Amino acid sequence: MCLGVPGKVTQIYREHDVLMGEVDFGGVTKNVCLEHVPQVRIGQYVIVHVGFGLSILDEAEANQVFAFLEGMRQAQEPGVQEAV
Amino acid sequence: MKFLEEYRDPAAAKKLRRAIQAATTKPWTIMEVCGGQTHTIVKYGLEELLPQGIELLHGPGCPVCVTPLEMIDKAIRIASQPDVIFCSFGDMIRVPGSHRDLSAVKAAGGDVRIVYSPLDSLQIAQEHPDKSVVFFAVGFETTAPANAMAVWQAKRRGLENFSMLVSQVLVPPAMTAILSSPSHRVQGFLAAGHVCAVMGYEEYIPLAQRFNVPIVVTGFEPLDLLEGIYRCICMLEAGRSGVENQYSRVVSRPGNLPARRLIEDVFEVTDRTWRGIGMIPRSGLGLAPSYARFDAERRFDLSDIHVCESPACISGQILQGLKKPRECPAFGRQCTPRTPLGATMVSGEGACAAYYHYSPPSDCLACRLAPGAADGGRTGCKPA
Ligand code: SF4
Repeated sequence: MCLGVPGKVTQIYREHDVLMGEVDFGGVTKNVCLEHVPQVRIGQYVIVHVGFGLSILDEAEANQVFAFLEGMRQAQEPGVQEAV
Repeated sequence: MKFLEEYRDPAAAKKLRRAIQAATTKPWTIMEVCGGQTHTIVKYGLEELLPQGIELLHGPGCPVCVTPLEMIDKAIRIASQPDVIFCSFGDMIRVPGSHRDLSAVKAAGGDVRIVYSPLDSLQIAQEHPDKSVVFFAVGFETTAPANAMAVWQAKRRGLENFSMLVSQVLVPPAMTAILSSPSHRVQGFLAAGHVCAVMGYEEYIPLAQRFNVPIVVTGFEPLDLLEGIYRCICMLEAGRSGVENQYSRVVSRPGNLPARRLIEDVFEVTDRTWRGIGMIPRSGLGLAPSYARFDAERRFDLSDIHVCESPACISGQILQGLKKPRECPAFGRQCTPRTPLGATMVSGEGACAAYYHYSPPSDCLACRLAPGAADGGRTGCKPA
């Protein structure tokens, strides 16, 4: 149940006064609760766990791994965040 | 599928592998916390890509595996009552209790239903006002927002025939317990990306400081894991502790604030027993007093439950990273996914099941990462 998967929001609606959406997982559509990602827009991708959107995928950050690989060729040190 | 396939690219994986090799001068032991990560590591044979001396330990992050036996027995007791509809995520149905599992209750005529979302069980409660509908709320911080929403909705909609059997667990106290154990071997952690998507990663900063370990918040695809391992090794080699976020496309520092607020409203932190590990203080969530009337443990008589664990199963040591599944004498013999002796063999996130299904993987990296290589690329792989 812990396996969250990304899917694309194709519709947003309300049911029993709960924010819901249709989310497409590569051809399979499911109804997903969007109450925890209320700012989501149609066309965005969300990580879904047990029928709930938990996080909106950040397109700008999505290339981070590849940018990281590129940067690694230039400098040997990786970027550091929050080092204690 | 966008946001999945690009993180399985074999050429990028090879680059990361080379970078890991170049960065490594000493042996290191790293624990991935989450069972979903264990699954990717074993499925794609990522451990075999690492330099000799880099060992991955599989952590306790499988909710099915750590749900205490007593809770499974309570679920079985409730589900066996007449006029009860017992709803559960599918992976709990075949987890062995002391004497039987929920699928046996269903076979004997009990109304046990598998639901995709906890909201489905609310719908069932609404459609069956004459029945008592109980939802088995298990999981880590990833299921807590969903389960909290179900109770919150039940209260708002006045669904008094709905209740929850709650066995929520929390990851940071389990990491603390592992690091506090004198026999632990963990030098660095890959933290569970989706847990942090909900809770953020601020809680891990004092933990890294206190135990002087690096913690890298990591995603679930092969490239995520290789990058997480790379960053963890770089920190270990440099003698640095602290928290880095590899999974920034999903995880922000504060996490999901609406979800956290709802969890705080509906649940309160409690002590919890973890199957195979024991009691960990303040490591779980139970219903807060204002939601106590939705607590299934108060509605049903659950006295006189005497638990009886299989003596052969060493899953507790596996969940703490002290042993690997193949070290269990029952692995693949008495214990298989069809005849599981322990929960780690049932769940898709359990380490024993991952080893049973996927290892040893193919020798060929391109085959392992190929789309549709559901078996780790073993079938149809012809390494050059
Ligand atoms: S192989 Fe089976 S018996 Fe052994 S630890 Fe895993 S679940 Fe338990």
